[in-house]
Amino acid sequence: MKLPDLDYCAPASLEEVVALLSANADAKIISGGQSLMPVLAFRLNAPSVLVDLGRLQGLDRIEIGADHVRLGARVRWIDIERHPALRTAQPLLVAMIDHVAHTQVRNRGTVGGSLAHADPASEMPGFARLVDAVIEVFGESGPRELSAEDFFLGPLETVLEPTDVLTGVRLPAWPAGRRWGFQEVARRRGDFAMAGVAVCFDDGTDGAVHDMRAVAIGAGSTPVRLSGVEAFLEGRVLTAELAEAAGATAGQEVSPMVEDAGEADYRRALVMTLTARTLKQAAGLEQE
Amino acid sequence: MGNRTVEFELNGEAVRVEVEPRTKLVDCIRHRLMRTGTHVGCEHGVCGACTVILDGESVLSCLMLAVQVEGRSVTTVEGLSPAEGLSPLQASFRKHHGLQCGFCTPGMITAAHALLTREPDADDDRIREAMSGNICRCTGYLSIVEAIREARAAYGGASSMPAGEVAAQ
Repeated sequence: MKLPDLDYCAPASLEEVVALLSANADAKIISGGQSLMPVLAFRLNAPSVLVDLGRLQGLDRIEIGADHVRLGARVRWIDIERHPALRTAQPLLVAMIDHVAHTQVRNRGTVGGSLAHADPASEMPGFARLVDAVIEVFGESGPRELSAEDFFLGPLETVLEPTDVLTGVRLPAWPAGRRWGFQEVARRRGDFAMAGVAVCFDDGTDGAVHDMRAVAIGAGSTPVRLSGVEAFLEGRVLTAELAEAAGATAGQEVSPMVEDAGEADYRRALVMTLTARTLKQAAGLEQE
Repeated sequence: MGNRTVEFELNGEAVRVEVEPRTKLVDCIRHRLMRTGTHVGCEHGVCGACTVILDGESVLSCLMLAVQVEGRSVTTVEGLSPAEGLSPLQASFRKHHGLQCGFCTPGMITAAHALLTREPDADDDRIREAMSGNICRCTGYLSIVEAIREARAAYGGASSMPAGEVAAQ
């Protein structure tokens, strides 16, 4: 469980990071290292050079603006938990991040690392998909932006080029009064989710659901937007019966990737149950 | 790859050590600096045995490289132990049988110390949540939570009464 032989650099500018990545084809970025270090310990990857983002200034900022909240790539889970205003500004984000890992890992793990690692069971990628976050990248041709919708390609696979650095993520401002629900099932709290579902919608004056959004994690090769559920509920007044029916719809939208067929069925059943529960949670309906 | 020199503070003392870049912090601490109090369990970030305190926060020393602590301050269980006898937290673990084989204990002590230093009034739920990354295969955890709860007083926190009695006061 010792790491493969590798070199290490901790540059002080994004340009230097990109130059190092360009010069070393199999270089790998390390930020908090809470996903990468186990990968290296199991020797699932053996980069020649680790390029540490730890000396870059300014990537650890949380900015709350009128139009969006911006999280720098090196914002840690513990920074989100402790931030005095984020719980109001982005309540669902904070609720989801509360489920990420255990204390020690929360003290190191970062927003950018989680997005770039792209574990389909992770909360941050799921949230980014749910709210259509904008992912900020710095690469060989300078800064550019990517949509969360296009970002995730598969398990641990994104559209990032080997010479790209993920620098931050912009989350659209959370409308006042937006309703949300999030639940996940893990064998122990803080462990990887077997499956999880997050939903949000705005209340119309007609009492109906507007801008309905739903995402499942741990139930496919990437976080999965439940577009069938969204279309099914948009513009309707949410009831317990509709929430249950939406759960059944959700089950048809996911294909959990696990070796054991029984576990795939179980995860699909979890998505169905959690969809119904989170919708009721969001709408303030009685849970059975 | 060529060795690197790393300088950091270990238990209040300036240390300078030469390591391969791939050396994990825990292996540097144990094998180069010979502080063997920090234990190596799973080596991939799930057991908590290797927990150390980095600038006041608990971290897993198996999920960090030694070169990453350049200029920073690291505290291990040795740094939390008085020259003679036991610290109040250690004494509380002993009193409540918060250990049996002792393998997880250095990680339990460092994680609990980081928690109580920051949150001396942590209640049982908070203690359980904050300690959830530390696995113990002997005790069943109840005695560990009791030990940490009683040690709160030594950190300026809530009295050592059981949680229910504190609420009733």
